[in-house]
Amino acid sequence: MHLHDVWFVLIAFLWVGYFFLEGFDFGIGVLTKLLARDRSERRVLINTIGPVWDGNEVWLISAAGATFAAFPEWYATLFSGFYLPMLLILLCLIVRGVAFEYRHKRDEERWQKNWENAIFWTSLLTPVLWGVIFGNIVGGVKIDADKNYAGTPLDLLNPYAILGGLAMLALFTFHGAVFASLKTVGSIRERARVTASFLGMIAMGLALAFMVWTQIDTGDGKSVVALVVAAVALLAALAANMFGREGWSFAFSGVTIAALIVMLFLTLFPNVMPSSLNESWNLTVSNSASSPYTLKIMTWCAAIAAPLVMLYQGWTYWVFRKRIGTQHIADAH
Amino acid sequence: MELALAPETLARWQFGITTVYHFLFVPLTISLAALVAGLETAWVRTGKERYLKATKFWGKLFLINIAMGVVTGIVQEFQFGMNWSDYSRFVGDVFGAPLAFEALIAFFFESTFIGLWIFGWDKLPKKIHCFCMWMVSIGTILSAYFILAANSWMQHPTGYRINKATGRAELTDFWKVLTQDTTLVVVFHTLTAAFLAGGAFIVGIAAYHLLRKKHVKVMRTSLRLGLVTLVVSGLLTAVSGDLLGKVMFQQQPMKMASAEALWDGQAPAPFSVFAYGDVSKGHNTVEVEIPGLLSFLAHDDFSSYVPGINDVNKAEQEKYGPGDYRPNIPVAYWGFRWMIGFGMASFALGVAGLWLTRKKFWLSQRLRTGDDEVPHLALTKDKALGDGLSKWAWRLAVVTLGFPLIASSWGWIFTEMGRQPWVVYGVLRTSDAVSPGVSQGEVITSMAVFTALYAILAWVEVRLLVKYVKAGPQELSESDLNPPTKIGGNDSDADRPMAFSY
Repeated sequence: MHLHDVWFVLIAFLWVGYFFLEGFDFGIGVLTKLLARDRSERRVLINTIGPVWDGNEVWLISAAGATFAAFPEWYATLFSGFYLPMLLILLCLIVRGVAFEYRHKRDEERWQKNWENAIFWTSLLTPVLWGVIFGNIVGGVKIDADKNYAGTPLDLLNPYAILGGLAMLALFTFHGAVFASLKTVGSIRERARVTASFLGMIAMGLALAFMVWTQIDTGDGKSVVALVVAAVALLAALAANMFGREGWSFAFSGVTIAALIVMLFLTLFPNVMPSSLNESWNLTVSNSASSPYTLKIMTWCAAIAAPLVMLYQGWTYWVFRKRIGTQHIADAH
Repeated sequence: MELALAPETLARWQFGITTVYHFLFVPLTISLAALVAGLETAWVRTGKERYLKATKFWGKLFLINIAMGVVTGIVQEFQFGMNWSDYSRFVGDVFGAPLAFEALIAFFFESTFIGLWIFGWDKLPKKIHCFCMWMVSIGTILSAYFILAANSWMQHPTGYRINKATGRAELTDFWKVLTQDTTLVVVFHTLTAAFLAGGAFIVGIAAYHLLRKKHVKVMRTSLRLGLVTLVVSGLLTAVSGDLLGKVMFQQQPMKMASAEALWDGQAPAPFSVFAYGDVSKGHNTVEVEIPGLLSFLAHDDFSSYVPGINDVNKAEQEKYGPGDYRPNIPVAYWGFRWMIGFGMASFALGVAGLWLTRKKFWLSQRLRTGDDEVPHLALTKDKALGDGLSKWAWRLAVVTLGFPLIASSWGWIFTEMGRQPWVVYGVLRTSDAVSPGVSQGEVITSMAVFTALYAILAWVEVRLLVKYVKAGPQELSESDLNPPTKIGGNDSDADRPMAFSY
């Protein structure tokens, strides 16, 4: 196994981490409108992710940084080619981050409402945009001989990619609802479970459609295994939710997301961005990777840093393990 | 849409706008993290309430600030790929590694522990809570180190080779990138300048309250902390700046000649105090100079030769082929002066402030004040500034709050524009670094959107800061003074409202 193969796996791992973790906090953002009945319930939801959302987002920063270092050509083509979706994602992440921190800092009704709207819309849009981007990566876009994107921004809005966007949105919202039932007490917890059942069905439909389409288009023997794992895990998550086993349900909804991302990366390999114009213009793990020396240094860094990160981030979740309800939210703010 | 502009012009403007904006938050984040951690340590060790009040007050302002620093930082990471894809292809092998290190090591630290700190008041014993802020501080410093190592490689590429087959730069010695002169000195200079910004921030806000005789106890402690920070870091910023100047005279003589508008080499070379010139003719029409000082700044003696802009331009033409290798000279010249001027002005104010507000040293009994009184501004042993002058002195201290931020903005504009036309000095031209596939329409769109959003957020952020500055430190509650003894919170607190919630 080459080091660039190792890094392909590691980058897949970083994306899995990102979507597993920020997946539920995007979901929570969407649920502030779907599930919460009033401001204090909205605040309960927001506070379930309060201490952790920022750390979750660093998985994205790491995925992008690692791509830059390990596959500069991939990073360059991806970010310049998908210019407008990346711009929109940046705007969403800026507004979303500020919204969490600033929403409670003034008492005016309009101020709080504006930031709450911002949290909802940015949490809704970002997963769709990531789904569209991944749909296009896997489906292949017009990449020319110089490894530059040669299509238009509108080309990115093809049915397959849009389905990918909706599938991600549905999955994350489901994941978020399950997380809400795991982290709250009181009536919101019960309603979160009901909402999760409903969202789980939608996620099942959209995610299955997206994965089957992927399998037919670009899949192979390995990706079908990931597809089956994702489907079974989603069923298990729904069942566990139905029986009130919230922890299991959350674990399985996480496995579903992980399996979906793994499936996408399996169908990509050994490409990282296939060209729809000419197969020989594909960006692959070997023609877009850094030198073995750089990859070796990066491997050392990841081998030491990544387990440590998981350890102290895991500790954070343990510190904030208690469920919260409306009684825990102070009136002031 | 294509305009009659060089392709790199818009991308450079965008990079300039987003980076200068981002760097308004960075120095405050770096310094306030450490200073707040210091205040919290003082609270943990002494149990004095004013330290806890100060921790919470400055901590809140720190959080308002870091939120903006974090979100504007994501733009930085994405825009190398978005606007500068040919740059990313060419340097990713070298430049990407420190960036990835920054994310994997520093950002995770910072973001995870900041969450623990914000929400952890009633979940963590006070020692562990305090430890979290130190972790945040270490995160900010490591982050600065890695990104500055990457930037230093652009200023002075080392530890790499060009792969002829792929036409890309490849890393050969990572240790060299991390430890070359440029990196170490730039890190030293940037960190000390960051503390200059934090010191001035604290001094300015403390002065605001002391002028109004409010929150005197907390603000007096804070003022002292701010002034000491200002003086120590001011001194070190000057030392590190001098070291950095000497390194740059070696590595980028063009940048330093431009900083001085020194057109033709001289021995001894003078330091320019004021110059007005004609770039197209290649000389100054008005000059005010201090003889020999530039030679000293460059080489530690008053008579050595320093090459001028015209000399270096000629040398680079011989080395790299025909072309104009001069940066924008007025920007380099004035940027350099504003950096030093605003930086040193805040340092001078720190020295004056430390003297005027001294507690006992060379001070008659009559002018001494207790911990809960606003200090007299004592000029000499028996003589203090009058009421009118004192007021103006406090007001001046408030205004100085912004000086280091102006200085560091100009410092970056100087160092980045002074390197032009290169993006990687001597290796890659800026005009060869832009994304070939991105249209000018796309760049204009993103620039317009970022500028508008950043302007709105600046307004929101400043108003929030002002609100919380004016409100001053909050009174402490019973639970503030009795932090939990158990990780996860004491069991008896199970149904109490959270100490902090969004």
